[in-house]
Amino acid sequence: MTKPTLAVWKFASCDGCQLSLLDCEDELLAVAGEVEIAYFLEARRATAEGPYDVSLVEGSVTTEHDAARIREVREQSKTLITIGACATAGGIQALKNYGDLDAFTAAVYASPQYISSLATSTPISAHVPVDYELRGCPISKRQLLEVLTAFLHGRKPTIPSTSVCTECKARGTVCVTVAKGIPCLGPVTHAGCGGLCPAYTRGCFGCFGPMESPNAAALEARLKTLGSDDAAIERLFRTFNVAAFDEVRAK
Amino acid sequence: MSERTIVTEYLARVEGEGGMRVRIDGDRVADVQLQIYEPPRFFEAFLRGRRFTEAPDITARICGICPVAYQMSSVAAMERICGVEVGGQLRALRRLLYCGEWIESHALHVFMLHAPDFLGYESAIELAQHDAALVARALELKKTGNRVMTVVGGREVHPINVRVGGWYRTPTKRELRELRDPLQRALEESLAAVRLTAGFDFPDYDRDYELVALREPGEYPIDAGRIVSSEGIDIDVSEYEQWFEEEHVPWSNALHSHVIGRGSYLCGPLARFALSFDRLSPVAREAAAEAGLTAAERNPFRSIVVRCVELVEACHEALRLIDAYEEPDAPAVEVEPRAGVGHGCTEAPRGILWHRYAIDGDGTILEAKIVPPTSQNQRAIEEDLRGVVERSLQVPDDRLALLCEQTIRNYDPCISCATHFLKLEVERS
Repeated sequence: MTKPTLAVWKFASCDGCQLSLLDCEDELLAVAGEVEIAYFLEARRATAEGPYDVSLVEGSVTTEHDAARIREVREQSKTLITIGACATAGGIQALKNYGDLDAFTAAVYASPQYISSLATSTPISAHVPVDYELRGCPISKRQLLEVLTAFLHGRKPTIPSTSVCTECKARGTVCVTVAKGIPCLGPVTHAGCGGLCPAYTRGCFGCFGPMESPNAAALEARLKTLGSDDAAIERLFRTFNVAAFDEVRAK
Repeated sequence: MSERTIVTEYLARVEGEGGMRVRIDGDRVADVQLQIYEPPRFFEAFLRGRRFTEAPDITARICGICPVAYQMSSVAAMERICGVEVGGQLRALRRLLYCGEWIESHALHVFMLHAPDFLGYESAIELAQHDAALVARALELKKTGNRVMTVVGGREVHPINVRVGGWYRTPTKRELRELRDPLQRALEESLAAVRLTAGFDFPDYDRDYELVALREPGEYPIDAGRIVSSEGIDIDVSEYEQWFEEEHVPWSNALHSHVIGRGSYLCGPLARFALSFDRLSPVAREAAAEAGLTAAERNPFRSIVVRCVELVEACHEALRLIDAYEEPDAPAVEVEPRAGVGHGCTEAPRGILWHRYAIDGDGTILEAKIVPPTSQNQRAIEEDLRGVVERSLQVPDDRLALLCEQTIRNYDPCISCATHFLKLEVERS
């Protein structure tokens, strides 16, 4: 039996999510034994022609060229899985969706006429159908291995869709909001990090984006009672998953 | 001579994607361009209006390979503006976290990205089919760097524990002690890596670079120091813009840097090693000597050996910091914002990473400027490509393409810091 083929693609991003695959030091050689890594430029020079059984896509779409490229990737891929906040929500670069692109370009580049960029940073799902979205900035490598294993064996991945709060409870972390009055996005944020920040006496800042059916309004009211003003609340929600949080808050 | 064009569609085994074009006219290299198409992500623009305390978490997202470098340069700048000194064990922990990033990043580059060029494999995956033990040991070394980052920073990619003023939570002595054994093994592995890479076959090439790195008293430069160069620059990080400037060229979305009035320069392991050779620990210096490296080394292909010497240094330094660790009374010092402009510069694994911020009295960021190492090295990379191709005109096209890729990999370019989508074309006419 031939091995299933895996391809890894990069769009506008920091490289951190595909690095998470290389960070699976204990499992990497086993993964390489189970699948044929047919296209993964960060790791290998040799590339194989598609179609591919599974494509992992990192990054958001920010140029015309990439908008066309993701359609080609989709055509070449039986299963397309997006990895990380950029690919699933447009990433922190989606902040430009709310600003003036020309002003943004002029702020960074001396010769803005050389720069070609769309006015928006959009998730992969805004361009092509996506089979599974793995969240996080960065993704959890444990969840990545689970999703890969599930798709390679034709089963559904077991990824909880609850909030970070459940992970704090499981970890035995005392609630930083209740005990210390620290603003925390945990109640509305998708689980996956393992309740990391509260374990470091820090409020969650939403790396994994909104959970399923979050009650953002209730959290915002609570944040106000903790002394956060409107501007502070906006900043808290508007980082790596700005577009996804904006969507659920508008509901 | 018949017209020939060599195309290697994408340059592999670099962090991110980008392109290169070499045009050869007879026996002359007519033009060299390192083409950087990374879609711009506009960090400097959307940092405006954010809180000064948000800079470490936001700028970390520029690069998943060296997030700690971004966090360290940004907190250094903010603390300077606010007149706060983060010293003692709080600073020692920052250095320890940074050692973790150096170990992770260098191990990744040396074994996964660069060594296959010298060993004749297309990737570490192919290398593993012939020498699984070597790749397994390399992964173990990389994992130790990640463990340091996880224990000190919370996680390996985009650590969550760094803040302006110090940390959210400092580790216990016991937590750090558990890193000792793996680091001891990593030190042995790094020494073996120096011996292994020193035996590689290196192209005969060197150049009289202007080398630029941080330098500070008594320590190998990681998280602090003055900016110095092999041509006599010796300045505070706040004076950077009086000596260096960036320009925008049409073939790159990353700005090109040069020394004002002089030209290209090189930052990264080779520069640090040459300028702070006397700051290396004895174990790293001995390893370098055994490998035949001196402070006069200028062959960019041997940077892989220098990177391994820095692996030795980072493991040794991490062990030293852990042994000297005392739990601090508080995880951070209080930082009150005050209006001003401040600079931070630290040694990312691939070279100096310079930040400048202006903030107002409420702590709102008014302006940000970030100069990553890969954009500083772009010009030197292009000049190396020209030099390497000029010396290798008789080499057949496919081998020349490989040699060009290898030349670019010498710099461990972090294309996410600077680039995307690299197309390699060699045109001959």
